[in-house]
This record gives sequence, C-alpha cells and structure tokens, in this order.
Amino acid sequence: MREIDSNEICQAVRDLAIAAAHDLEPDILDALLAARDRETGELAGNILDLLLTNADIASRERIPVCQDTGTGILFLELGQEIHIRGDLNEALQEGVRLGYEEGYLRKSVCDPLTRKNTGTNTPAVVHMEMVVGDRLTIRFLPKGCGSENMSSLVMLPPSAGTEGVVRHVIDRVLAAGSNPCPPMIVGVGLGGSFEKAALLAKKALLRPVGEKSDREDVAALEERMLREINAKGQGAHGFGGITTALAVHMETFPCHIASLPVAINIQCHAHRHKEIVL
Amino acid sequence: MSLLRSEPAFFDNLPEVRLPFTSEALASLKAGQLVSLSGTLYTGRDQTHRRLCALLDEGKELPVDLKGQLLYYVGPSPARPGRVIGAAGPTTSYRMDSYTPRLLALGLAATMGKGARSAEVRQAMLAHGAVYLAAIGGAGAFLSRCIKKSELVAFADAGPEALFRFEVENFPAVVINDLAGRDYYELVAAAQKKGEG
Repeated sequence: MREIDSNEICQAVRDLAIAAAHDLEPDILDALLAARDRETGELAGNILDLLLTNADIASRERIPVCQDTGTGILFLELGQEIHIRGDLNEALQEGVRLGYEEGYLRKSVCDPLTRKNTGTNTPAVVHMEMVVGDRLTIRFLPKGCGSENMSSLVMLPPSAGTEGVVRHVIDRVLAAGSNPCPPMIVGVGLGGSFEKAALLAKKALLRPVGEKSDREDVAALEERMLREINAKGQGAHGFGGITTALAVHMETFPCHIASLPVAINIQCHAHRHKEIVL
Repeated sequence: MSLLRSEPAFFDNLPEVRLPFTSEALASLKAGQLVSLSGTLYTGRDQTHRRLCALLDEGKELPVDLKGQLLYYVGPSPARPGRVIGAAGPTTSYRMDSYTPRLLALGLAATMGKGARSAEVRQAMLAHGAVYLAAIGGAGAFLSRCIKKSELVAFADAGPEALFRFEVENFPAVVINDLAGRDYYELVAAAQKKGEG
C-alpha cells in the first residue's frame, strides 16, 4: 500500500489548472503549425498565424490563451494500491479553486437556474476510475463553452448503421459553423449507454491530437469524417480554408442490440490539457 | 518557445477604423474585410444583456447611451497586477440574438463577437443600419495587448459579465455583416459551392 497525502494532490491540481490555461501542449501546437503550413486560404492562413502568436504571448506573458478558462474537468486514474490521506474530493475542488484564484483565471461556473456565479470556478467535474498499480494519474481539461455548447448526443436506431453515424457527425459539425472556434477537434463516443457515449466522446479529446484509433475500421472512419468535414471549406473561424477540423477521434464501446448512441463533443483550437502522474 | 517565422505582418497594412464609427466609416465596411479598430467600445455578454433589457422593461434609463457605439461580446479574465486586463477574446454571439434587435432599435451601430447571427438580428441590422464583426476567438492573449484601458461602467457584481468601457488600439476584426446586407459566412459557403459545381 502506497500513501499519498491529499495536500499533494491539491497542489498538483492547482498547478495543472494554471499551466493548462497558459501553456498549450506540443500536440495542439504541432497540429496548428501543420495547418498553417498547408493552408491556402489567405485570411484563414493569417488567422492560424495569429493563433500561434497568441499561444506564444500567452506562455511568455502569462495571459490565458483564451479568456474562457473553462469548467474544470478532471479525469483520475487511481491505482488500487494507493491509500489517500485526507479527503480526495475536497483536495481536487480546493486545487481548482486555488488555481483559478491565484492564476488570475476567469471564474465561469454558475448555478444553472439562478445563474449566480459560484465565484470559485468550483465545483469541477470529476471522473474517476480504479486501475491496477500504485500510481495516480490526474488529467485536467479546462473546457470552454463555445465548443461545449456545439456538442450533442443522439440515440440513433441501429438501422442507421455506419453511414447514419458518419452523416450525423458531419452534419452536426458543419452546422456548428464558426461558433466553436474552428479549427476544432471532434470527439465522438459511439455505443455504450446514454451517459457512457457522452463520456467516451469527452475521453476521445484526451487522445494526442491526430492519433488514430487502435481499431483499423474506426481509424478509417475517423479519417473519412475528417476529410469530408474539411472538404466543405469552412476553414479556421469559418473564414474559408482547408482546415475546419484538426482531427476526429472516435471511441467505441459495445451497446444494446436495440441501441446506437452517438455523442459528439467538440473541442476548440485552444485545446488546453495537462497531465501529472503521482 | 517561438513558433513563428515572424510576427504576423498582415496587421501592418490593415484598413484602420476609428471607434465609435462615423457614418461614412460604417458604410465603407465590406463583408470579409479584415480591419484594425482603434478608439472606445463597450462590452457585454449574457448577464449584461439580460440586465440591460430588464432595465428597458422597467422603463428605466440604461447606464450608458449605446447610440452609435460598438458592443463587444466578451467576458475578460482578471488582470494580473500592473496589467490593464486579462485575456479578452470574443464569446459566441448567437446567445445575444434574442436581445440584440432591442438594442439596435436604440441606435447601437455595431456588435462584435464570433459566429453567425439569426435572421431576426440580420433583419434588424438592415433596418437600423448596423454592422456585425467577428473578433478572433481563442486569441485572448493577443487581443489583451490591444486593450489600452478598461473601465467598469455597470453591473460590477456580475464579475466577468459586467459592462466595461475599453479603449482599444489596432484591434483586428473581420466584417461579417455589412450595411448592404451581405454575410461573410454565407459568401464563404457560396464560393465553396460554386467551386464544387
């Protein structure tokens, strides 16, 4: 049994929140660089240049990449050999609170009915999984809502088949237009149950940008959807161009014989994510 | 970390437009044009709009005269000590659509955010001679540097949703809806369709 103090977890979450808001990871930076280098649309090319400049300024001058520093989404993989001293849930929330306060990040969380801001950017959304081993992996995904609002979940009839899934995803992504700040990353969750599909779609966003699915048939569909989305020429910010999406990531899970859940979770180009292993 | 071959040079040659717009400047804007804005503007997003319209419902005066002004849809992140403001890029505009025609009727000359507007808003813009611009979403750090002064005008308790007056310099934006009724997002889609045909 290995012990981890909850204070250490709190500090780690605080640091992840601040780093995520200011420093984009190499996967998204490389994807934006590649998109800029192949862009043929003049305005879209200039905008992609500006986004790279923006990432540079954010990191050097400690100004958030985007003012929407998001709802905190935490993914934990907790090794079953670990014993945590103190209150884990409290440590996670306190870490988010400290990160948003001390990092000068925008507090964007409010009551859904009264719309009153909680003032701390908490509660964060926490997804926890038990895994074998004695390590704790924490991933922090601050999720802005320009893109989150363009997400959806539908229970298709199984007769819709692969074509139905592909058409639905492409139609939804194109209908979002410039709202979610393209070039975007499209997370698709296929199968499972109502809530499982949504979680799969979000988890698909955790994959390094452009990394293909392990399943060959799924990887082929990801590539096809990406190609068809980009062929419509909406481009960066809908200003016309060849990169509307940087990647399509699809995660699958077996589902009921009567069911075909499809969830789409959109991520904007300001794809902020950080990870630590304790 | 330096990712750039150079600082983007395209800003050097942009048409410069003063805020608030003169009627000539407003008429000169063309859908698809990238412009550089300098001068004063006001900010507001979801709660700001809800409160402005609530004041109108009660027959009360607004905290600011919006006639001829530009309203920028933004909820900035807090300023670090010594800074004017934090990140300050645009939020998605459609959430303001249900409120916008009322403000345009008061003489608001321009709105700025990101994403397409509803048919009702476009009609109201045509009727009142107003334009809509898109700022660059997700470029909040870059745009922060274009804001030289920020002053709280109203609704302080709404936090990032308060109404601010900004003084901006060389703030880049793309004209989406112009006075002639053109919509740049539609022009892009039409050009693509023609290319396919």
